[in-house]
Amino acid sequence: MVRAKGDPVISVRGLKTSFGDQVVHDGLDLEVRRGEILGVVGGSGTGKSVLMRAIIGLQTPDAGEITVFGEPTIGREETEAIEIRKRWGVLFQGGALFSTLTVAENVQVPLREFYPKLDQALLDEIAAYKVVMTGLPAEAGPKFPAELSGGMKKRAGLARALALDPELLFLDEPTAGLDPISAAAFDALIQSLQKTLGLTVFLITHDLDTLYAICDRVAVLADKKVIGVGTIPELLAMDHPWIQEYFNGPRGRAATATLEHEREKEKSGAS
Amino acid sequence: MSAMADFSEDKDGALRFSGSLTLARLGDLPERLRDFQGQASTLDLSGVEHIDTVGAWVVHRFAGQHDAKVEGLDEDGAHLLDQVSKADEPVAVRPEYSSSFTRVLGEIGNAVTETGRTLYGLLGFLGATAIAFATVIRHPSRFRFNATVHRFEVVGVSALGIIGLMSFLIGIVIAQQGAVQLRQFGAEAFTINLVGRITLRELGVLMTAIMVAGRSGSAFAAQLGTMKLTEEIDAMRTIGVSPMEALVVPRTLAAVILMPLLGFYSSIVAIIGGGLLCWASLHIPPVTFIERIREVVPITDLYVGLVKAPVFGAIIGIAGCFQGMLVESDAEQVGLRTTAAVVQAIFLVIVLDAFFAVFFTWIGWI
Repeated sequence: MVRAKGDPVISVRGLKTSFGDQVVHDGLDLEVRRGEILGVVGGSGTGKSVLMRAIIGLQTPDAGEITVFGEPTIGREETEAIEIRKRWGVLFQGGALFSTLTVAENVQVPLREFYPKLDQALLDEIAAYKVVMTGLPAEAGPKFPAELSGGMKKRAGLARALALDPELLFLDEPTAGLDPISAAAFDALIQSLQKTLGLTVFLITHDLDTLYAICDRVAVLADKKVIGVGTIPELLAMDHPWIQEYFNGPRGRAATATLEHEREKEKSGAS
Repeated sequence: MSAMADFSEDKDGALRFSGSLTLARLGDLPERLRDFQGQASTLDLSGVEHIDTVGAWVVHRFAGQHDAKVEGLDEDGAHLLDQVSKADEPVAVRPEYSSSFTRVLGEIGNAVTETGRTLYGLLGFLGATAIAFATVIRHPSRFRFNATVHRFEVVGVSALGIIGLMSFLIGIVIAQQGAVQLRQFGAEAFTINLVGRITLRELGVLMTAIMVAGRSGSAFAAQLGTMKLTEEIDAMRTIGVSPMEALVVPRTLAAVILMPLLGFYSSIVAIIGGGLLCWASLHIPPVTFIERIREVVPITDLYVGLVKAPVFGAIIGIAGCFQGMLVESDAEQVGLRTTAAVVQAIFLVIVLDAFFAVFFTWIGWI
């Protein structure tokens, strides 16, 4: 059961996707290692979400190879794909909660689907602690998605994504549209869950603070491929104009400054 | 794969867990733990290969019930158990339900108030639409010509095919059923009266109204509802464009103007269908059929149809736009409101049709 940290969980080779004449990816390669939080960044329309949809099998690419947990995901039979799906959780941008079910029932859906033998009492308890674990108030359990705010919907979506205790978590812009306090809390939540559960996280984001705060490595999408993967200092050493602009632009510098400030505070607090 | 989760009892009141305490390998462990009657003072987890939150939860719950201590977890496992126990709060899964009697009573009450409120709202919306029409008439430059023409096409021209086919078939069915029944009295010739009068007076306009409500009334509700959700309508208001003038007036106008046209077209196609059947099965040649139609169908039958049609059009347009404007918060409502728009429009059309029948009899158009 023990697997070495660092071996690839997702590997994408030579991916090509297009919509009609518009080519989104052309010869894209990417590897996500076990136990890391990989941030995926890129300008609008560079196909970050399309890449995620291709990996989780919602979109069939024109060419290329995608393996998750060492198994190819393209062109698999539905019955085989289920075995892989059990091992990952996905948080969509808007939460994608089922609107006719309450929050707690939403969390129970994957459990019911894959483990029909669990008894109702245990199901209810699992849903309850997952809801609380993702930072939702206990009152949110019996509420319907329409009654929740945007941030609560994301937390509820995360609770559902974590329902099966997955090894791999896909997050599509988890902090977009959240206020800075909620966004920071969400970052902390993801990091703590990742530590506790040993998750591998594939995280699409525009949020520089999130990148600096929790990502182990960052992959940059531009020119239809991944132009760079590495830690932020490694990326800064590259001289691609988009990367420079992104991290050294006014917002990038502000995020760096905040992080350095915090580290100094930690140091002085510790000594 | 790793072993299933299991536990064994020691003499000194310790439970030794083994295998993999994960969701996939849990098996019947929760049931066995629930039925466990003995004493347990410590839970030894040192033999566990792997533990996830579900396993941690089962251990946490059992430890809580038996007041036992948990031992033998590594650092990660202890952290996991700690996180799970921190999340132990009572959370309701479903909203609380009251007894079925009070629920039925409550639903009836809700339905009644809801109906009252809808009718009141519809009346208000009718007034708002009338005011918008008046403003547009006073300031003709604010009339959206292109939008209205586009609605004409969607509501009218695109509907010609389906309404024509429906009317043609209805004409045939009426003629065929009428012929069978009237033959028993040797009065097949009266099939012509039946087809001519019923299509012009009633069925042409009524069936068209039902078709337009299903095709266009629903589209109005869905379009406006989606625009409400995407905040397009709010954006219009902030820019200073009145949604009533820009959205509701063109749609209602299209329905009002095109309903009589479509109704007339439908009646004519139905008469053609009936005529063809008379020709084929009763051997009445088309020339005779048309002559008979001119003799037996009074012109007031046409007026009856043409007077009703614009009123039905107004109802369909206003009900569709009204329901669309009521959409709030989530996408599910768009579906509900669209259904409500169609049901409401058809219901009101039929109620008004009954009133019209009484009215026209009263003024002597029989």
